[in-house]
Amino acid sequence: MSNAAGGLLLELEGSPARRRKERIVRGIFFALAAMSVVISATIVLALIQEAVQFVGAIGVGDLWQRGWFPRRGIFDVRTILVGTLVVTGIGMLVAAPLGLGAAVYLSEYARPRIRKLLKPILEIIAGIPSIVLGVFAFSWINPQIVDRFLCGDASFFNLGAAGVGVGVLVTPLVASIAEDAMRAVPMSLREGAYGLGARKRSTTVKIVFPAAISGIVAAVIVGMSRAIGETMVVALAGGATGGSLFSADYCQPGQTMTGAMAALAIGGDQVKGDVSAFQSLYFVGLVLFLLTLGLNVLSGRIVRRVRKKY
Amino acid sequence: MKRVQAKPLGTLSRRTNRATDEKVESRPQEQKTSEEAVFDVQDLSVFYGDFRAVRNVTLAVSQRNITALIGPSGCGKTTVLRCFNRMNDLVDTARIEGNILYHGVDLYESRVDPVEVRRRVGMVFQKPNPFPKSIYDNVSFGPKIAGFKGSMDDLVEEALTKAALWDEVKSRLKESGMSLSGGQQQRLCIARAIAVQPDVILMDEPCSALDPIATGHIEDLMQDLKNDYTIIIVTHNMQQAARVSDMTAFFTAEVNEKQDRRTGVLVEFDHTERMFTNPSDERTENYVTGRFG
Repeated sequence: MSNAAGGLLLELEGSPARRRKERIVRGIFFALAAMSVVISATIVLALIQEAVQFVGAIGVGDLWQRGWFPRRGIFDVRTILVGTLVVTGIGMLVAAPLGLGAAVYLSEYARPRIRKLLKPILEIIAGIPSIVLGVFAFSWINPQIVDRFLCGDASFFNLGAAGVGVGVLVTPLVASIAEDAMRAVPMSLREGAYGLGARKRSTTVKIVFPAAISGIVAAVIVGMSRAIGETMVVALAGGATGGSLFSADYCQPGQTMTGAMAALAIGGDQVKGDVSAFQSLYFVGLVLFLLTLGLNVLSGRIVRRVRKKY
Repeated sequence: MKRVQAKPLGTLSRRTNRATDEKVESRPQEQKTSEEAVFDVQDLSVFYGDFRAVRNVTLAVSQRNITALIGPSGCGKTTVLRCFNRMNDLVDTARIEGNILYHGVDLYESRVDPVEVRRRVGMVFQKPNPFPKSIYDNVSFGPKIAGFKGSMDDLVEEALTKAALWDEVKSRLKESGMSLSGGQQQRLCIARAIAVQPDVILMDEPCSALDPIATGHIEDLMQDLKNDYTIIIVTHNMQQAARVSDMTAFFTAEVNEKQDRRTGVLVEFDHTERMFTNPSDERTENYVTGRFG
């Protein structure tokens, strides 16, 4: 090898220190990524372990009883599951039309100036601490909406008010995801429709909405996940901190899974009781986790199935 | 399909004579306004906000002809095209000065509904933009929203046949329009435009995203469509203009010193053959001979 070629080879080898640094940086990022996986896995494993112990201690049959009174050793999962479904259902009845309507307006109808004004307002609603909404739910939503229009003789704390409160909480989330999905529909599709003599309404309903359907479905499901997991509004407005009998009556107090967990964990019920009560936290937590996981998987499936490329 | 030729313009209205007279007086060199002109563009300027994108365009588009708008990028040819079906209305800041008469009716008169205009003046875009729907639904979309009552199957077949696409897609009408090749997608977009039975079809560089074979298909198709429709095509491909069009308008961009932006101007409007063999403006000659642009 001539001298010149040797020199070139040296140059081409570059700096080993630099390559080492690259490897270290790569290692750091790998560790960070791995850490989040490990943390999640640990949480899930802990949940499963404690939940299994809990079920082993009380027996599977005892998961179906007259109600949810953990301190007294009465663990009826149906009660809090139905509570969660009622609250989530009412929440989505509020959030889906409001959120999707707002999304359509912001994405298709609002002039840029109005949009610039409204978007931050939506974000402000999204930023309201949920405990504030909880207070709002029992102090205003209940008397002014739930009691006045839906029940007539509602309890001071009830699942209906909690549901509407959760709906208000989730609305900006649904609106924001759905709006992003609709704005992502290329302008060329709208122009194609306008070019054929379509009005704004048909363009929105028949072209933009179907083209964005995967994102819109995702918006609703993410909203639902969020509604299921919402705790503070329910803990405040739902009542029944000590436990409740099996009931789906939204005019009466009731507990959701999250509400029940909060009440147990912070001792909101002020009672000492059954030792299994503490472990039931893990069991309910696991059910909750599986529920939201299921929803997320489902949303992924739906999004993939109905996705229309544009 | 029985084409309804130049439908009675329900919401369009006749221009008043007084307004016409005023306009004529203010413009000394009146262009020949032939009776069969579909569009009569008079001293058109288009603005986006304060910025004048195109100025002082005067030309006439005659029936069942192909009129090509050519010129370098940024010369405003697409802007002018989008005035013919009031597509520029979708841009909030856009406004025009001057007049565009459509069969003698002022297109920009306040009573005119742009949606009605677009049902008569269809458009095919630069990039094929089929809806993410089936081939059938792509074609039936326009007629459906227009309240078409007859046999949709026949209409779809007719439109696809006219767009020279029927044989390729008749066995898979339920498949997505997005599954077609680029050239097929563009013919689908043409079929979609034909299905609403328009009077005019605007084409905005319809072949710029296509390969030469697909381009050939579309150009052949344009010759067939010419029998039934008036076509205005924007192209920056001079050969294409020379091959397909009867009339050609050559635009160029003037640099506006003050705003450092370019304003499009119409340099010359004439029979295509003359434009390419014996243009009267030097700028046209430079462009068509490839010395510029």
